Amino acid sequence: MTVLIPQSLHDALAAATANPDAQIIQGGTDLMVEINFNHRKPTDVIALRRVDEIRNYVVTADKKNVVIGSGLPYREMEHGELAKLLPALAQAARTVGSPQIRAAGSIGGNLGTCSPAGDALPVLSALDAVINLRTASQSRDISVHDFMVGVKRNARQPGELIISATLPINNGWQGYAKVGVRNAMVISIASCCLVIDRIKGSVGIALGSVGPTVIRCRETEQWLSMQIDLKNNSIVAPNLLKEFGDRVAKESKPIDDHRSTAAYRRHAVATLSRRLLTRANTQ
Amino acid sequence: MSANSEVYDLNVNGQKRQVRDAWVGESLLYVLRERLGLPGSKGACEQGECGSCTVIMDGQAVCSCLVMAATAVDSQITTVEGLTSDNSLTAVQDAFITEGGVQCGFCTPGLVVAIEHLLDTNPDPSQLEIKEAISGNICRCTGYGRIFEAVNTAVSTRRANKL
Ligand SMILES: Cc1cc2nc3c(=O)[nH]c(=O)nc-3n(C[C@H](O)[C@H](O)[C@H](O)COP(=O)(O)OP(=O)(O)OC[C@H]3O[C@@H](n4cnc5c(N)ncnc54)[C@H](O)[C@@H]3O)c2cc1C
Ligand code: FES
Ligand code: FES
Repeated sequence: MTVLIPQSLHDALAAATANPDAQIIQGGTDLMVEINFNHRKPTDVIALRRVDEIRNYVVTADKKNVVIGSGLPYREMEHGELAKLLPALAQAARTVGSPQIRAAGSIGGNLGTCSPAGDALPVLSALDAVINLRTASQSRDISVHDFMVGVKRNARQPGELIISATLPINNGWQGYAKVGVRNAMVISIASCCLVIDRIKGSVGIALGSVGPTVIRCRETEQWLSMQIDLKNNSIVAPNLLKEFGDRVAKESKPIDDHRSTAAYRRHAVATLSRRLLTRANTQ
Repeated sequence: MSANSEVYDLNVNGQKRQVRDAWVGESLLYVLRERLGLPGSKGACEQGECGSCTVIMDGQAVCSCLVMAATAVDSQITTVEGLTSDNSLTAVQDAFITEGGVQCGFCTPGLVVAIEHLLDTNPDPSQLEIKEAISGNICRCTGYGRIFEAVNTAVSTRRANKL
């Protein structure tokens, strides 16, 4: 039973590759709950909290992308430069748990857990994020759509570390909205991220908590781009807005569970997506 | 750096404290209370929901129940016991008493630490910022009104003490 606390990415990768079964811990906000309740009893642990290289973000030289380290805590995404570059991510980050949770929790952990309710995940999906995974000897990039495999299942291989998520700096509007039973400290019942690319004239719509993993509404995206000129800030007529929400709801695949019902979730994603599209055209 | 199950050191309230015979998966909350004799931090939910276990770790308010203690060997940890070095009360603690912010008291240590951290980083918070800062601390008794009063009083006291 050992706990390793590598002080560099190099050492972390070496440790994870040497012991692929070791339990990785970043902020601990998912893992420690499982350990406290005896759902998991790790023997060897690799703690990434001192790996500074993944607790950062960088804007690429061409200013087209932001590379977010897997260990960057949510609180660093809520305000400042990163929030300006990625407003939808900032909005999602602000809804996570409480200040205590946001001081520790990270995108790496959200991806690692891969819950359908993970708040960063619809944002990563709507922006077509690319996830970087590494071992001591290999590095691979994988689309977030391929990374999220199912309920709490992802494409990470034993021994791999999640290093970063690369997100495009978008030129249009983007936003995230979430429904829960109260404002603070709430796991989402339904959520939606909307991203408009004004140059390509395209839109990305991703839903959380209404399927086994995050759902991209490809058909509605296609449909919307035929209905309005996404390159310009065009007003969406009320009947169109109604149909938009209905189409989004149709693409969701919610279930009844302890948090809510499928019917309410369908209603919620329709409303959230309409609200976001309205905001996109008035802000 | 590594820690095995037998023995490791934590920096708590400015002191190096040795932890012996612990299982590596133990939470910082458990280690503080059961191994280091610091029962000020309370455990209610052990899943990050209630905030009664809040401590300051490397300048951040965190839930000690969600920290794996053995991974915190190189961190600076401050618990409610360590807010002052001489057993006196801080302005926040004093305000909780004068404003009646304590009923059963179970939430109090976590709230005091969270508010202490808020005022250290933002000495003159808005009401919304106060609500946000303690949104991760649940109180079943007071209805929060008196806690907000206590924060406002502590803000004034701290300001006056600075003058
Ligand atoms: C009270 C409370 C409220 C919460 N509220 C929300 C909420 O509103 N929205 C939300 O989305 N989540 C919420 N969560 C869940 C949790 O905070 C998030 O999922 C968070 O993103 C987890 O990050 P972490 O760094 O703490 O993960 P950890 O617990 O450290 O790790 C989670 C999993 O990911 C793996 N992992 C982490 N980093 C890596 C890496 N670099 N490489 C490989 N594997 C890795 C770990 O092995 C583990 O399996 C809440 C949790 C609590 C306790
Ligand atoms: S005991 Fe840690 S948050 Fe409740
Ligand atoms: S005083 Fe009883 S829980 Fe807050």
